[in-house]
Amino acid sequence: MIRVGFLYTRLRVEEKYLLEELEGRPEVKVTRIPDGELCFDIAQKPAEVDVLFERSISYSRGLYISRIFEAHSIPVINSSLVAERCGDKYVTSQLMVQNGIPTPRVVMAFDEESALAAIETVGYPCVLKPVVGSWGRLLAKVDNRYTAESFIEHKASLGINHQIFYVQEYINKPGRDIRAFVIGDEPICAIYRSSESWITNTARGGVATNCPINDEIADLCRRAARAVGGGLLALDLFETENGFTINEINHTMEFRNSITTTGVNIPQKMVDYVIEKENLFIEKMS
Amino acid sequence: MSTLTCPECAAEIMLESGTEVGEIIVCSDCGVDLEVTALDPAAIQLAPMEQEDWGE
Repeated sequence: MIRVGFLYTRLRVEEKYLLEELEGRPEVKVTRIPDGELCFDIAQKPAEVDVLFERSISYSRGLYISRIFEAHSIPVINSSLVAERCGDKYVTSQLMVQNGIPTPRVVMAFDEESALAAIETVGYPCVLKPVVGSWGRLLAKVDNRYTAESFIEHKASLGINHQIFYVQEYINKPGRDIRAFVIGDEPICAIYRSSESWITNTARGGVATNCPINDEIADLCRRAARAVGGGLLALDLFETENGFTINEINHTMEFRNSITTTGVNIPQKMVDYVIEKENLFIEKMS
Repeated sequence: MSTLTCPECAAEIMLESGTEVGEIIVCSDCGVDLEVTALDPAAIQLAPMEQEDWGE
């Protein structure tokens, strides 16, 4: 019997699919752990589980609670290290650069004056992004110096986290990007996300269609997944004139629009991976 | 199946069988997100606002 702790903020469609899959397996006992309702004495084992399946929508809660479980030798999928590497866009970009993986150029700055210099270094248009955030929120396409000055001023009023200026090269996409799903470090399926807007997230109205995985996509996905530590990942790729490039990597991915579109049972494969990893952990410890 | 009232627009909300506590449902009339807070008896409330660090 494998005791799986299921950490969540909200039961989205994805969590319901995953719970249905987990609870349908005779060898699994699931303990639901709502991330906002509990408190944790860090000297005590947080729960009687063998593995924690981290599905928090809240990056901060997921990260800290994962660390608490790991401190008590309970493996977490995805691990806190993978979460740190994917949850902060700077860290992801830095790892891509360090590993020679194609990724849009990024220049960082930490005050308003240097932010303007960073934007002018990258050139117009470019994109300002919060280092932590998702669903296409608070992204700003900067077309010229006037909009740059306005965005910087607005960001300055949003608090300390927005004083970390992540300036990314704008990629002129062909009206779509690619979301590839990776389990372990193996790509299992991918979708195109098409939109008339430059923001293609399905959370913002992007339309999903199946994207066959060719050798180039598969190779890039494997390399990028390895660079962040592997696990249950969703990689966002751009198509450029010079080939594919990795934009972002998500560690608590949404997949509701991709099961029918790709014909791949994503939650089943995710649960298979969690069980396989836990079995390997048990073998290693015995 | 339980029938509730949307706290935002007073529309009638039907909870389907298989609904779980913590699940987010959307009011088909006004589109607001609602969190299921209890099942016996059933209760819903406006879902917490999205936080800055929420996402994938």
